[in-house]
Amino acid sequence: MTQMIRLHDIHGGIHPAENKRQSTQTAIQVAPIPNELILPLHQHIGAAAIPCVNVGERVLKGQCIAHADGFVSVPLHAPTSGTIVDIEARPVPHASGLSETCMVLQCDGQDEWQAHPSLLEQKNVSLVEQLKPADILTFLAQSGIAGLGGAGFPTAIKLHTGNYPIDTLILNGAECEPYITADDMLMRERADEVVAGGEILLHVLQCARALIGVEDNKPEAIAALEQAVIDAHLSHKIQVVSIPTKYPSGGEKQLIQILTGKEVPSGGIPAHIGIVCQNVATASAIYRAVVHGEPLIHRITTLTGDACQQPSNWQVLLGTPIDYLLTLAGYQAQQPERVIMGGPMMGFALPHLQLPVIKTSNCILAPKAKELPLNEYATACIRCGQCTQVCPAELLPQQLYWFSKTQELDKVEQHNVFDCIECGACSYVCPSHIPLVQYYRFAKGAIREERAAQEKALRAKERFEQRLARQEQELAEKEAKRKARAEAAATAQKAKQADLAEPASAPASSVDDTLEKLNKQLAASQAAVQKTKEKLAAAQADPEQADKIPALEAALEKVTSKLKSIAMELAAAKKAAAASTTTTGDSDKGDPNSPERLRKKWETAQLRLQTAEQRLAEAMEQQLDTVSALQTGVEKQRERVNDALAAYQASQTETQSDVANSPDNHELEKKILAQQDRVAKAEERLTMARESGLDTVDALAMGLQKQRDKLAQLEQQRVASSTPEGV
Amino acid sequence: MGLLTLSSPHTHNQNSTQHMMQMVILATLPGFVVSTWLFGFGTLINITLAIVVALGCEAAILVVRKRPVGFFLNDYSIVLTAVLLGLALPPLAPWWITVIATFFAVVFGKHLYGGLGNNPFNPAMLGYALVLVSFPVEMTTNWASSIIATDVTASFSDTLSIIFAGASSDAWTGATALDSYKHLITNATAAEIAQQPEFSGFLNAGWAWVNLAYLVGGLWLVWRRIISWHIPLSMLVALSLCSLIIGWDADMYTPLSLHLLSGATMLGAFFIATDPVSASTTTRGKLIYGAGIGVFVYVIRTWGAYPDAVAFAVLLMNLAVPFIDAYTQPRTYGHNKAKRGLYQKQPK
Repeated sequence: MTQMIRLHDIHGGIHPAENKRQSTQTAIQVAPIPNELILPLHQHIGAAAIPCVNVGERVLKGQCIAHADGFVSVPLHAPTSGTIVDIEARPVPHASGLSETCMVLQCDGQDEWQAHPSLLEQKNVSLVEQLKPADILTFLAQSGIAGLGGAGFPTAIKLHTGNYPIDTLILNGAECEPYITADDMLMRERADEVVAGGEILLHVLQCARALIGVEDNKPEAIAALEQAVIDAHLSHKIQVVSIPTKYPSGGEKQLIQILTGKEVPSGGIPAHIGIVCQNVATASAIYRAVVHGEPLIHRITTLTGDACQQPSNWQVLLGTPIDYLLTLAGYQAQQPERVIMGGPMMGFALPHLQLPVIKTSNCILAPKAKELPLNEYATACIRCGQCTQVCPAELLPQQLYWFSKTQELDKVEQHNVFDCIECGACSYVCPSHIPLVQYYRFAKGAIREERAAQEKALRAKERFEQRLARQEQELAEKEAKRKARAEAAATAQKAKQADLAEPASAPASSVDDTLEKLNKQLAASQAAVQKTKEKLAAAQADPEQADKIPALEAALEKVTSKLKSIAMELAAAKKAAAASTTTTGDSDKGDPNSPERLRKKWETAQLRLQTAEQRLAEAMEQQLDTVSALQTGVEKQRERVNDALAAYQASQTETQSDVANSPDNHELEKKILAQQDRVAKAEERLTMARESGLDTVDALAMGLQKQRDKLAQLEQQRVASSTPEGV
Repeated sequence: MGLLTLSSPHTHNQNSTQHMMQMVILATLPGFVVSTWLFGFGTLINITLAIVVALGCEAAILVVRKRPVGFFLNDYSIVLTAVLLGLALPPLAPWWITVIATFFAVVFGKHLYGGLGNNPFNPAMLGYALVLVSFPVEMTTNWASSIIATDVTASFSDTLSIIFAGASSDAWTGATALDSYKHLITNATAAEIAQQPEFSGFLNAGWAWVNLAYLVGGLWLVWRRIISWHIPLSMLVALSLCSLIIGWDADMYTPLSLHLLSGATMLGAFFIATDPVSASTTTRGKLIYGAGIGVFVYVIRTWGAYPDAVAFAVLLMNLAVPFIDAYTQPRTYGHNKAKRGLYQKQPK
């Protein structure tokens, strides 16, 4: 706190009426346990959780009732004790208005905890610093913690920053949306938990500095946090920063810009610039999990709006129905009735009230028509550019609007629609009352659909081309083999004939011998032809020898034809010899297990991994549905890289041992075992791919064949080395 | 059941197009009042006539285009166009000049392009340019003389008869300051011109007061954030720079004070060039657009055949707006540099 940090301004921004005072008049209250909790399996970004208890089973508070499905997913825990009475599709609070599978918990009112040892107790240590970061990550994932700020991104994944070193942790307490005060009240009343959570996060990230960004319209929260930092003796590490009140300074990218002046690269994540950002409520949940062993089963939710007689903040069990909750705040239905989950800028209007509170429900806003008047009719865009002036991403909202309206999707993309954070500032100031954000959502959806279709087509094309190439290669191989066989047969035939012609000479043992012999024959035959020609010429010149001419002519014909046949034979032999050398060369180059090849394979695999990781980051950033599929892809690719590296290293040692000409039996045994393992793995993967009908079947089959070849090679080596030397 | 489900955001700053147009109309009031006080009732009659014609034309064409008449008339955009046209035309121009200019502005300038928001040219200036080119005599000889020069302006009934009955306006009219200076300077020095009654004493001239009144109204618009400062400032700066660099010699060229405070300079800078529909929309683009207008105003005033140039300058820069916009896109958050230029499909 002693050290001041320079704040940076964000582009644009707006100052809507804050309306935060109404709900901060009373302390956070604990909401009673309702009769029934509705627990959607999908309350976060990523794959839905998978139920692990059955209908009719009694569960205890804190018991895991659905486990995570894969890496990008979080488990679900029973918020109180009771009986699971249903696992069925129920409407969930999502802008789509769709239903999803929910577990319905009939509460027994006893609120009986399952044994929930904290991570400190489990590891039998007294300080957070003594825990391993990896253990904390695993524990957070098991505790079902997802971002409580809005998007609900699984926290453990966000903290898993891979190779990117983190130099700044940002705790987001800006809470810039009007009306919402859940974080404000949490920071006021439980600042110690937030700070303790921050300390755990610093330890997990191995990071030296944390900034807690709070808008300056929350002086009580700032004071409480500063006191908590002093009390925890963390002033050297954690700094509370008061930032100017301006919407949307609480957006992750915006807060990062305000506090550090850095911008998250388009399509990237904060970790790429050494920053991790977590909501203050998430920090508190992390603290409660690690130090008290409590999984994420409740959150603080603001109930506000003029339709609530007692606007207030409540600690609510996840799954509590919203109609039940609203009665606690003295809700009186308006005509027309309108209830918003979230704030007035980015929240979504609920279709009805039989929906549960989920991990991301920070506010239930029930306004009267007077305080949030319904939008007027949209009139023509007059290109006034007020949207451009308030856009925090420095986009041209008005151009995006025109292009979205005319569905010129490539131009929308060119104008960076995917950098839009949907904060709604443009719509807020639009004098023509155009629902701009809705246009961008439409355009984004349409572009994603188009991309998916393109990708599908591209994959199909690739598959087709690969198949063609494979078929061609097979044909070419067959042809080459056939030719080689034919030539070998021809050579053998000639050799046989040569043997017959010159039984005295030793049978040609090799191609080279044959060639030499044929060369000699050729020379002899050439000499004979020359001699005969001279004789013929002499005979023709000398009239006395004229009677010899016919005989000489016949002789010349004979030797010439012999010369020809020898020359032909020689050409064939040369060709065969050349073919055999090329074949040897080819087989050498084509050896899939040569170290050079393996190194290349490893490098390609690494490249692919990088691409895959990048795409995953992009997908995460844009909150696409493909995240979990991409995650699986990345993991598989990582495995492949490891395999390739292992194979390469193995081949290198092999080469070295070859060079040293002293194969170590023990090493070989080990290698064979490892290779057997790899073959088994490859077989498993192939079966899986076949079962799920993936396009990778062919590639995997080829890979398996290679692995098997290698195993065979290694086994041969073992046989060879076990044979006593000199035999 | 049956809750209202609307897309976010659920709140709005309660601004509206109608409100913005009304504010701009309101901001012309100081200029209008001073102009009427100094130059007589011609402007008032012009504006009234233009509004009536504009509303009639817009209503008729909305019916033809099968659009709701009340909904669109209510946005005040056509009233603003009519007011600007009425302020820009010579106060004593015959009635049919106003009618033709207004009709052309509304029908050709606005609705044939698709109505509000779709017109590439400033409709008022399009109407103005049409009558200026078609009827140069009526457009240059009907400027009322200032009360400062003549001690009295035409009465309301006299003005009516000049405009509608074609009564001779010779007693009340004179050339504009820009026009006469341009002609006088060819065979007189600046000091000699200053002796002329219409140039005697800088602020005694009516046109300076009218321009200052528009400046006040314009600054109020900037302060209320109805318009941004970029276009007016860059236009005035460009005009001033041209005048200082090229026309520093008052014995040869019109001086800077006359450029800034006569003709339609301030009306143009704050009320006409800032028409959002036909102006550039990016921040950098607005600066270029305004500066372009300033340069064209100077060039046409100095070397062109017409005494004033705001209409032509604005229309010329309107032509350049799509190009300017394409090359002045801002750098988006998280990008290394701005994507500029015309869209090109990425090679796949």
